[in-house]
Amino acid sequence: MRHLLSTADLSHAQALSILDTAEEMAAVSTREVKKLPTLRGRTVVNLFFEDSTRTRISFEAAAKRLSADVMNFSAKGSSVSKGESLKDTVQTLEAIGADAIVMRHWASGAAAQLAASDWTDCAVINAGDGTHEHPTQALLDALTLRRGWSAAQGQDPRGTDLTGMRVLIVGDILHSRVARSNIWLLRTLGADVGLVAPATLLPVGVEKWPVNVYYSLDEALGSGPEAGPDAIMMLRVQAERMGGAYFPTAAEYTRRWGLTDERLARLEAHRGAAGQRPMILHPGPMNRGVEISAAAADSPMNQVLDQVSHGVSVRMAVLHLLLSSSERNTA
Amino acid sequence: MTRSPETSHVMSASDMDRALTRIAHEIVESHRGVEGLLLLGIPRRGTILARRLGERLARIDPAFDPEQAIGSLDITLYRDDLRAHGARTPEPTKIPGAGIDGATVVLVDDVLYSGRTVRAALDALQALGRPAVVRLAVLVDRGHRELPIRSDHVGKNLPTSRDERVSVLLDEVDRVPRSEEAVVIQRGRASQAGER
Amino acid sequence: MRSTPTAATLILGALPYGEAPEDVLIAEGRIAAVGPDARIQAEQLQEVTTIEAAGLIMLPGMVDLHTHLREPGREDAETVETGSRAAAKGGFTAVHAMANSSPVADSAGVVEQVHRLGRASGWTEVYPVGAVTVGLAGERLAELGAMAESSAQVRMFSDDGMCVHNPVLMRRALEYVKTVDGFIAQHAQEPLLTEGAQMNEGDVSAVLGLPGWPAVAEESIIARDVLLAQHVGSRLHICHVSTAGSVEIIRWAKERGIDVTAEVTPHHLLLTDELVRGYDPVYKVNPPLRTGADVEALRAGLADGTIDIIGTDHAPHPTQAKECEWSAAAMGMTGLETALPVVIKTMISTGLMGWRRFAEVTSIKPAQIYRHAHQGRPLKPGEPANLILVDAGATQTVDPAGHASKGRNSPFRGMELPGAVRATFLQGHPVVLDGELNSPLSEAAARAAEQSQVQS
Repeated sequence: MRHLLSTADLSHAQALSILDTAEEMAAVSTREVKKLPTLRGRTVVNLFFEDSTRTRISFEAAAKRLSADVMNFSAKGSSVSKGESLKDTVQTLEAIGADAIVMRHWASGAAAQLAASDWTDCAVINAGDGTHEHPTQALLDALTLRRGWSAAQGQDPRGTDLTGMRVLIVGDILHSRVARSNIWLLRTLGADVGLVAPATLLPVGVEKWPVNVYYSLDEALGSGPEAGPDAIMMLRVQAERMGGAYFPTAAEYTRRWGLTDERLARLEAHRGAAGQRPMILHPGPMNRGVEISAAAADSPMNQVLDQVSHGVSVRMAVLHLLLSSSERNTA
Repeated sequence: MTRSPETSHVMSASDMDRALTRIAHEIVESHRGVEGLLLLGIPRRGTILARRLGERLARIDPAFDPEQAIGSLDITLYRDDLRAHGARTPEPTKIPGAGIDGATVVLVDDVLYSGRTVRAALDALQALGRPAVVRLAVLVDRGHRELPIRSDHVGKNLPTSRDERVSVLLDEVDRVPRSEEAVVIQRGRASQAGER
Repeated sequence: MRSTPTAATLILGALPYGEAPEDVLIAEGRIAAVGPDARIQAEQLQEVTTIEAAGLIMLPGMVDLHTHLREPGREDAETVETGSRAAAKGGFTAVHAMANSSPVADSAGVVEQVHRLGRASGWTEVYPVGAVTVGLAGERLAELGAMAESSAQVRMFSDDGMCVHNPVLMRRALEYVKTVDGFIAQHAQEPLLTEGAQMNEGDVSAVLGLPGWPAVAEESIIARDVLLAQHVGSRLHICHVSTAGSVEIIRWAKERGIDVTAEVTPHHLLLTDELVRGYDPVYKVNPPLRTGADVEALRAGLADGTIDIIGTDHAPHPTQAKECEWSAAAMGMTGLETALPVVIKTMISTGLMGWRRFAEVTSIKPAQIYRHAHQGRPLKPGEPANLILVDAGATQTVDPAGHASKGRNSPFRGMELPGAVRATFLQGHPVVLDGELNSPLSEAAARAAEQSQVQS
């Protein structure tokens, strides 16, 4: 593996390798010394063309725990906003001595273009590109889901996948890079994936995806305690989608697709095959009262804080695997 | 199993058994008992050898509790030669409940070569706590050290050249029957620092 | 060296329309003789250049109704001179320069300038297309009459790049061009359905997370406009048809006797949206690359006559316009120098059509649509000598660096394509010989030819 651009590129073995490595990385953060010498002398650049403090800090923490040098390049207010091209920016970073570029970009495909170009030899990690993918978010979600799924079955998570797990992804699938990355990865790991959204927020051609599609969240939640999902992932509703363009009002969205107190109660009543409660995930930041009620946001079933700490572990794993890759050095 | 004619056996299964038994006795003798003793195997073969040593220690002194005194220490993330060898998924590091502080830690590995693995293991130990003493037990010492490191307990000293490869074949990893476990040397293959 | 049209050329053994070999004598800008007469007449002439053309196919010079020459305004992308050279090398003896220059070709002044530049270059005939609306803004009609009466004598009007989306304005434009014996070439793209659109909307866009460009945005405009054209009894031309549904609608309109013609680009005959998966902006184009099923329907439509002509939509861009993020990149591809090989690959090599039909779609029909009297003519004595020699057996690997166009944005880069233009004769003068640019036609000769065209 030379770059991480899309979860669609990950084989089952590669995905497990990242998740298993992330488990070891998580163990490191419980040690007295939370730092590893693995990437000493390496330089990781966080190149952010779009604000995302959470993702940037997570990558920064991951790189620092691996003893890499970290440079943050925010394209806002820099020469980039004065019309400097991606090519020139990246070549500058290469000249400074970067080994890996973690890139968040507003344009779908920007990371893939960078990896395919001859502008740089750096390892490229896609930290979210437009409405395309956000692979490390999907990996941290998978790490979270696998913890819960293996614990319910009394297993060590290492080496296991999500075979048989039912996961619902609810919300704006059309514009969500998180959803795309999750769908491909969850399928690779053997989970059953259901998408729940108004038809306006589902891409044309979704019927060919290896998922079940529901227009109704209530239908997707099923009836009877055995029928429910093992996990439900609530996507953030972007403010610009409201106001009549994709659905009539925020209130109507909440009524039909929100994780309300009533639906939370139904979820609480669900029990998985091993008697476990469903997990609630959200990539954050949550819109309380829109896609998720305050009670659901604060529920013990909600994994949102675990997701954040798993984000650091997964990003450590990805940086380790990419930057120590022999492929890269013999290339 | 078929092997190339370049391969020769240097230890048989029974040689290995005897060597481990001897090392177990040496450990008890040098530590004067088993109290405060912690065996940490370096994955993957070191972990298996540590377990086998532990069985022998428990036979020598029933006060040795394998549950509490055997663990594993993965050193992947502490290596200084990843660039040359490429990343692999780390194996689990398992430290028994009491931790390593104040313990006599015996690091267990299959082959001692350049010493870089042991150096990485010492770094990894430092991140975990502060043992009272650290010792090293290996099944084979094949020489060619690149660092000032020596082993305290050696199953067999094996003079080799750098273009040879030493392999310890174990039931659990290499799927050979227990009775056909062996240490073998393969010739004619350039080996790199850090390799066995 | 600027030669005069009086120089004569004897072409030996070429295959007109790929049929039986004939000798052809060109003199004084016209085909003087075809067959045994050619050698006999040539012996009477003082100065005759002889070209051995055994095995080369002779075809009428290609006519492109859809070219972007970028001048005035974007001379860094292309000029009339460089675009004309590219046209000549590609086998085009006439091109029609779309109006989306800067300033827009929406006045007599701009169209006369482009026309003048074309005549000065002398590599191909350049006919400016007039804008339908002022500044391509889609709000009010440009001075179509003034452009028609200018020295450029514009007959074709298009807001290409933009759609004349306002139905009332489109109706008025269709009606108004009747008064100047012109026609409207519509860029069919419903703007609200394609706001921010980046690629064909379908399975690939869903995975790539690029805003989709639905086929219906094209088809709904075509459906509306054929009905409008029928209602007001005007001539309508549809630019760069790209979807199977559009072919169906045009077929239906033609069956109803509506006076509509349609064009397809070479790239839409060969490439699909699968190529977008790598996010290389060289594949970004308007209308977007569609699916394999669309490609099949376009080929079938071109073969059966539903689609009338090939239009290149040659759209050169400077490097930096393509060396950037997909969504920031410019739309368009170069096409003049690859049109012939791509049409051979997609239509001739596949057995979908022969050389007679090739001549129709690349030359005869586009000339008829514009009502040119001297282009797209039969290969017969007395006809203007606008013709090309094609080596159908050659293969070439596309290398944009070797193109005469300034644009390097060829989506066919690295592809091995069949067929090569060996010679292009513009009004009897060899502007291309041995596959390389020879010399342009003198301005005086070009003017003289134009005069004779007016008289004919």
